[in-house]
Amino acid sequence: MRSRFDQQLAILNEELISMGALCEESIALAAKSLTEGDARMAEGVAPLDNEIDKKERDIETLCLKLLLHQQPVARDLRQISAALKMITDMERIGDQASDIAEMIGHLQGRGGSPLITEMARAVIKMVTQSVDAFVRQDVDLARDVMAQDDVVDGLFIKVKTSLTELIANGARDAEYAVDLLMVAKYFERIGDHATNIAEWVEFAVTGIHKGAAEL
Amino acid sequence: MNILTMKDLCLWYGETQALKNISMEVPEKSITALIGPSGCGKSTFLKTLNRMNDLIPGVRTTGQVLYRGRDILAQGVDVTTLRREIGMVFQKPNPFPMSIYDNVAYGPRTHGVRSKAKLDDIVEQSLRDAAIWNEVGDRLRRSALGLSGGQQQRLCIARALAVEPQVLLMDEPTSALDPISTARIEELAQDLKKRYTIVIVTHNMQQAVRISDNTAFFLLGDLIEYGSTERIFAQPTDKRTEDYITGRFG
Repeated sequence: MRSRFDQQLAILNEELISMGALCEESIALAAKSLTEGDARMAEGVAPLDNEIDKKERDIETLCLKLLLHQQPVARDLRQISAALKMITDMERIGDQASDIAEMIGHLQGRGGSPLITEMARAVIKMVTQSVDAFVRQDVDLARDVMAQDDVVDGLFIKVKTSLTELIANGARDAEYAVDLLMVAKYFERIGDHATNIAEWVEFAVTGIHKGAAEL
Repeated sequence: MNILTMKDLCLWYGETQALKNISMEVPEKSITALIGPSGCGKSTFLKTLNRMNDLIPGVRTTGQVLYRGRDILAQGVDVTTLRREIGMVFQKPNPFPMSIYDNVAYGPRTHGVRSKAKLDDIVEQSLRDAAIWNEVGDRLRRSALGLSGGQQQRLCIARALAVEPQVLLMDEPTSALDPISTARIEELAQDLKKRYTIVIVTHNMQQAVRISDNTAFFLLGDLIEYGSTERIFAQPTDKRTEDYITGRFG
């Protein structure tokens, strides 16, 4: 029964995977551009962000249609409402990647740092796993993503500490350090958004969001 | 306070067991929805609450149905008084083939009210309580059969209210009605629950969500899950409940 509804839910999952893949691609391209100090390569991120924005609108429309036509309850309602929240975080991830790409022009060919590269790898993994957790309705995987945010936050603090030292070394380094700190902050925010996605996955499966029963 | 308490209620139609050890409580002045697939026992359960099942040959019950602490299934219970206090509205509106006035006055007259002034008051108040006075107040002598389906159903509700019940049992009261009439009766039910306890059988999940405080899910004669409507429809405990309310079977 409700095979049409189940098909539409499957389409929703596919669309979320697709949006997640765009986010990963966007972050990866921004990170590679940063590592290589390649502003031209970084220009490829903005079109990806546009695609991510369009995906958000498409998925939002799909979710609203599902709510209207199917009047879901229980797990179906949680799944669709979680999807509506997740796409907001993924859209912000696209924006953060785009902001990172924009910063590369300011760095004048100087690359990033090993710590920031590590942050990039960590947040890409978080984004991939959080969408995966939603599709597989895997609470354990979602909680693993939440735990990884502490790692990303820890890396950010290390980056901040090392950049603070850099600032103490001279004016040219100070400006570069400040730009790099902003880049690190964008990666740290991506980690936060991936954590939000994982928290919505937990809600979709258990009905509990951030430890407080809501629905 | 719980106005109705069922304890290990079982019912058989001959050799077939239709209700299996049902235990639950219905709070006073609330709306309790009974949901479940066809043949699950919800209408049978509803009709046990005012012993309408007595009218079916071969029906046997065990267990208890306590109404204000007294077992209505016990020997010696006056079923006429019981059915006055626990009234019923059916799926298909069933106005008597008489005037609107006489439909509503029938019950009070049967219970001994003779004064015309008192009957006039009862009829008007009941029709007002059923949200239909404005539509029929100026033509009470006309036949009830001339009313629309939605009006007839509200007339039937007025008829039940006229004998001052404590509980109203409604067996899919809106399934034969158009959406606007359905909405009016749902609104009426929410108003009536301030003064009466309502138990309603419905196949409409959204109706149960919209109007009921508590929901009981029946399946093959068993009470599978019972609780606040919000919890049942948001986070049901039993997978069978979730599968039913999400339309995966039914």
